[in-house]
Amino acid sequence: MTDLDLSPRPGAAPARQQVLAQARMEARLMLRNGEQLLLAVVIPVIVLIGGVTGADRIGISLEHAAIDVFTPGVLALAVMSTAFTSLAIATGFERRYGVIKRLGSSPLPRSGLLAGKVLALLLVECLQVVVISAVAFALGWDPDPHVFGAVLAIVAGTAAFASLGLFVAGVLRAEATLAAANLIYLLLLAGGAVVLPISAYGAFGDVVRWLPSGALGSAMRASLIDGAVAWRDLGVLLIWTVLGTALTARTFKWE
Amino acid sequence: MPDASPAVAVDGLVMRYGEKVAVDRMSLTVERATITAVLGPNGAGKTTTLETCEGYRRPQQGSVRVLGLDPVRDRRALLPRIGVMLQGGGAWSGVHAMEMLDHIARLHAHPLDTGLLAERLGLGECGRTPYRRLSGGQQQRLGLAMAIVGRPEIVFVDEPTAGMDPQARRTTWELLRELRESGVTVVLTTHYLEEAEQLADQVHIIDHGQLIASGTPEELTRGSSATVRLVVDKELPVAAEAALRASIDRWSGENGVGVRSISFGSRTLEDVFLELTGRDLGTAIGSDIGRDVDDD
Repeated sequence: MTDLDLSPRPGAAPARQQVLAQARMEARLMLRNGEQLLLAVVIPVIVLIGGVTGADRIGISLEHAAIDVFTPGVLALAVMSTAFTSLAIATGFERRYGVIKRLGSSPLPRSGLLAGKVLALLLVECLQVVVISAVAFALGWDPDPHVFGAVLAIVAGTAAFASLGLFVAGVLRAEATLAAANLIYLLLLAGGAVVLPISAYGAFGDVVRWLPSGALGSAMRASLIDGAVAWRDLGVLLIWTVLGTALTARTFKWE
Repeated sequence: MPDASPAVAVDGLVMRYGEKVAVDRMSLTVERATITAVLGPNGAGKTTTLETCEGYRRPQQGSVRVLGLDPVRDRRALLPRIGVMLQGGGAWSGVHAMEMLDHIARLHAHPLDTGLLAERLGLGECGRTPYRRLSGGQQQRLGLAMAIVGRPEIVFVDEPTAGMDPQARRTTWELLRELRESGVTVVLTTHYLEEAEQLADQVHIIDHGQLIASGTPEELTRGSSATVRLVVDKELPVAAEAALRASIDRWSGENGVGVRSISFGSRTLEDVFLELTGRDLGTAIGSDIGRDVDDD
């Protein structure tokens, strides 16, 4: 009837192929989802344009041109939205729909699943950087970048926010994760020194600089405005990564 | 893979959820290249037993071996060799049916041709349909396809035809039989007696976490000594039934034997279940609260 040969011929694909397949799948699903795309690209671009055009009118005093201050901040925001909010929501629903359980009986090991997720995040972030930078250049962005510092900041920020996102997704139900991840995103956007520099927060600056959002924003601004590597902020992100990973490892349920 | 260990060997398995004993000193063996049905009402412990074989749960007491391996300790070695069909779900809601199947195929070294497999299971037309828009039966068949696409030695299928229309059920049965002919061991749970009777070489009936009977469908449906079974070679007219009853009544009256019941028809696994548990499977399913497993 068909040429299907059902006789057993088991075997796992090479680990690299498995991780790439997982990364490709996750990235595709992330980009296909309208809400996630809104979070990943549309909101950051709106914040960028709104910030640049609004800064003059409201008269926020910045030490540099508005576009030069806002672009690194918006890139940090984009990293936060993908590594934290999108990842948490996607993982929460993967638990709910039994995807993680299903993959748990496939040859893909859990380390491979995690590697695939991280790779997918980095892929989506590359696209975000391209789109946001293009808009920024169109608005007259003229950076003096320390590229290595910026890459370090993005990687460290991704690690910190992804570990925290997985923690949220691992302990809450899918709907609660959706709500919490969006709420935390909004709170950090408004008060977490992502888009606006620490100096804009006055006395609270000493607090927000210890938040992962403040550290990531500062590290991005240091690398793209001052052309420097912000080791202190990278250290803060590392601490959050260790904390988030420890919490996730203790609490995460795969089903 | 020429080792002689059975496909599955469960020995004295005990699994509890809090106070509730889900599996109670279960022991059973599954031979290779057979279809084995684990039959019982919802809540009997079928899924828990299966998930312990699949390595999702660690035996609290007793041991489980699959292809001679410990499903928890030897997980990485075992997983490529088994296929698992979950009772439901297992796919992203926005993923297209074929995309999902192709993805699982890519995790394996020698997967089946996904196009042929999908066609074989009647999924050819819904390849671009998002998972959440598939009908229940289509989702079930996709689940089966994902379980066998990696060419496993054993497939564990949990309620494979629940909610399927008769056509899809036949297609699924045919495929499961073909898997057996190809040398694959099939372990399925079901609460459909017909499914066990039609499909299985070996049936294990479980209830309240305990194995209450094992055997081939023929062995299980063979009568006990207090039962007299009369098999005739043609369909009887209605009048014959009355005549038979009358002559049995006469004979039993003369010989002082009380006849408890006379039934016409054939003995089924349903009868066996009723005898063993005192309940019929329909009410057992209706009255048992909850499912086999409380997720999370």
